[in-house]
Order: sequence, then C-alpha cells, then structure tokens
Amino acid sequence: MSVTDEIREVAKKLLREKQVELVIGYEQGTLPMRTRPVFVRSEEEADRLIWTGWCENDLVGYLAGRDGRTAIVAKACSVRAIVNCIRESRLKREDVVIIGVRCKGILDRGRVQDLLKGRTLTDAAIEGDELVLSGSDFEERVPCKTVLREECLYCTDPEPAGADYVVGPEAETKAVEDEYADIREMEQKPLDERWEWFSREMDKCIRCYACRNACPVCYCKECFADSTSPEWLSKGDALEDKQFFHIVRAFHTAGRCVDCGTCERVCPMGVKLRVLTRKIQKDVKELFGADAGTDLESALPLATFRPDDPDDFTE
Amino acid sequence: MTEHTSTDWEPKIVAFLCNWCSYAGADLAGVSRLQYPPNVRVVRVPCSGRVNPLFILSALRNGADGVLVSGCHPGDCHYTSGNYTARRKFALLKRYLEFVGIEPGRVKFSWISASEGPQFAELIRAITDEVRSLGPATRLVKRKEVS
Repeated sequence: MSVTDEIREVAKKLLREKQVELVIGYEQGTLPMRTRPVFVRSEEEADRLIWTGWCENDLVGYLAGRDGRTAIVAKACSVRAIVNCIRESRLKREDVVIIGVRCKGILDRGRVQDLLKGRTLTDAAIEGDELVLSGSDFEERVPCKTVLREECLYCTDPEPAGADYVVGPEAETKAVEDEYADIREMEQKPLDERWEWFSREMDKCIRCYACRNACPVCYCKECFADSTSPEWLSKGDALEDKQFFHIVRAFHTAGRCVDCGTCERVCPMGVKLRVLTRKIQKDVKELFGADAGTDLESALPLATFRPDDPDDFTE
Repeated sequence: MTEHTSTDWEPKIVAFLCNWCSYAGADLAGVSRLQYPPNVRVVRVPCSGRVNPLFILSALRNGADGVLVSGCHPGDCHYTSGNYTARRKFALLKRYLEFVGIEPGRVKFSWISASEGPQFAELIRAITDEVRSLGPATRLVKRKEVS
C-alpha cells in the first residue's frame, strides 16, 4: 500500500469515527511538481489527500486558533514544529492528531528545472526511488536522491517521533558528519567577506514576507515588520531594511527553529535564509544544549537560564 | 556617509542601562566627578531583560556608532532573573551580529553594579576608544531619502 493510500485510510477512519472534524494534508496542485494544502471534512474528500516528494510547505501554521480536534499530515520536521507550538502553549496536544509520515526528503524544483533545460514538463511522478519526468516528447528517469532539497540531505532522522499514526515504510537514519560544516566555514571568513555575502544575499529579497508567512514558528498577531508604531523599518526596498528584517526574523526563531526549510522553499528569490537560522540553531545547541521541538518537557532555551551560562561575551 | 576627519567626527554611543545597577553606577561616576567621554547617550531601562534586540538594531539603524547594554551582575538582578534571561539572548545576538558582519566593537554588553562608578567610567573610555578607531558606522544605517 502506498503512503498516499495509508494516509487516506487513516483520514477516513478518523473522520468516520468522528475523532476529528478536519484533516489537513496535501493534494495535487494544478502544475507538475506542485502540491497545495487541502482541508478534508468528509470521507469522500479524503481521496484528495496525497503524499509525494513535492509536499513542500509546512502545514503547521493552519493548526493554531482552530476549534475542535484536527488531524494533520506531518513529516518529522513538521512534528518538531508541532511540539514547539505545544511547548509555547500555542496548541494543546489533545487537540491535534498527528499523522506522521516517514519522509524520504522533499525534492528540489530548482534542480529539476535545471535538468529540464527549458523543456515543458507535463508530469513529475515518483516511482519508488526514481523520479519520472515526462513531457510531450521526452521521458527521463532520475534517482530522487540526486534532486533532494539541501535541508533534507542534512536530515538525520525522518522518523516522526511522537506521532499518533505513523505511515510509510521504515525509514533509514542517516549519519551526517557535521551538519553545521558550512556555518563553521562561514564563521572562519573575514568579517568584511561575511558582510558582503550577507548584503548580496539580502539584496535579492523582495520583501514578500513569504518566509515569515509560511514559517511554522512565526505566528505573532502583529509582526514587528508590519508595526507602524513604532515603525521599526521602512516600507521600501532599501538594502538596510531588508537586512534589518532578516536579522530580526531569523533571530525571532532562536531556540524555536526546527530547520524544516520551509522559509527557503517558499522564497521566490532563492535567498539563503537557512544560513541565518542555522547559525542561531547551532549556537543554541552549543551554548545551551537545546534542540527545538525534540521534547515536550524541557523549558524553551530562551525562556530559562542557568547561573553558569556562558559569560565570555561581556566586557 | 559624509567624509570625516578625526577632528570633526565624534562617535555616538547609545547605552541601555538598567535602573537598579548600571544607571546608578553611571550616576556614581557623575557625583564622584569622574571624567569619561561625553559620547555616550544613556537610555534608562527597568532591567537589562527589558532590552529588545530591536532596540539595539534600531539604534544602529538610526545613526548610533556603538551600542552598550549594561545591567546588574548575574545573581544581583532586582527582578531576580531578568539579567540571566537577557544574558542568553545577548550571547546569541552578539555571535549572530558578528556572523552577518557587524563589527564586534559596535555592540557591547557588560555588568556594572551601583557601586562601580570607576568601572563605569573606565568602560565608557574603552568603548569610546574602540568605536572611535572603527570610525562612523555604515552597516545597517538607514540612508537618507532621496527626493
């Protein structure tokens, strides 16, 4: 039975037994390589649910503020985001039924576009470990592993720990030697080079705020970027405004970012946003030994302290 | 950014000082008639834990050449733990700002108690010297609107 069938079966069971009113998942989008969120309220509708390597966007943002019990299709990183929301009293554990998917990684549309070299794609189906790209006059097979998103290459454990239902074949855990190797490399570069990189990267931003809107841990009712009193930053496209926005947005995920990679996937300009969030994630791990979304018990790293926390940065 | 020479440019430093320790320390430096550079503009805050990273970035954005945040020594917070939680926040922020290329000398953190007037004066001297050697801030500074 495919993962899609398993998800549909669980969804139907939950709806039939009236355990939940709503199942949030993915359905096929209108274009190849695209999926969109679907909100399933009846058993018939459950047949719209799918699971593919194109289920890009995190759905956790739809959970909060809902009345009644809701089921959600979640991969391991989404489960961590849910745990984070529960830790922050954004959600109640009993209000959410997690349909955990053992994810093999999300595929990178950009990499596939490069392979296509301008040809028009009509279908991008995943058969086993192969991606079948087809158009009117071609069919090409590539191993899924070669077109994975970068964040999925770093994913060590695709097991959705703590989910109520787990679907999909047993997933293999990967060993990643140093998941922060690129961050360490950047840290070693001279200050001016880092600033130059940061400026060049931020200059791509068009301030659409897709990164913020799609992020499962970014949920303030009024974002500092929208605030007019005080007006922290201007509305234009000046570089210093973009830099300001991204410094603060990433910093607001400190100790909370689960590195699901949604921010980068939704960015229309390909800004390397995860370099910022992962720098902070790395420091949180190193300084405070905390890893976001991994357990429901321990205090949030920035809401607690130890008397012997590092103090070497003060004068 | 206008051209500057060592004679016509003076660094502007914004200092967020906690009401209970560092502000009192600055006050003690004053009433003790200790000399320190007049480049520092003090903003009195209830606790170092009150200082939002947005304040620091806004100061840089709006023309500060340096920013200092100072509170009670760890363990001495008037609100028991405000400076402890602030310390975690600032430890991350300092590393992070340096990572994206903000000069380490621009943003400083310290602990000054109400009895440490001389230490406060010395700290301001050291910070002013360091910011002076860095020159006027250019990074993150809001540029004037062109009409």
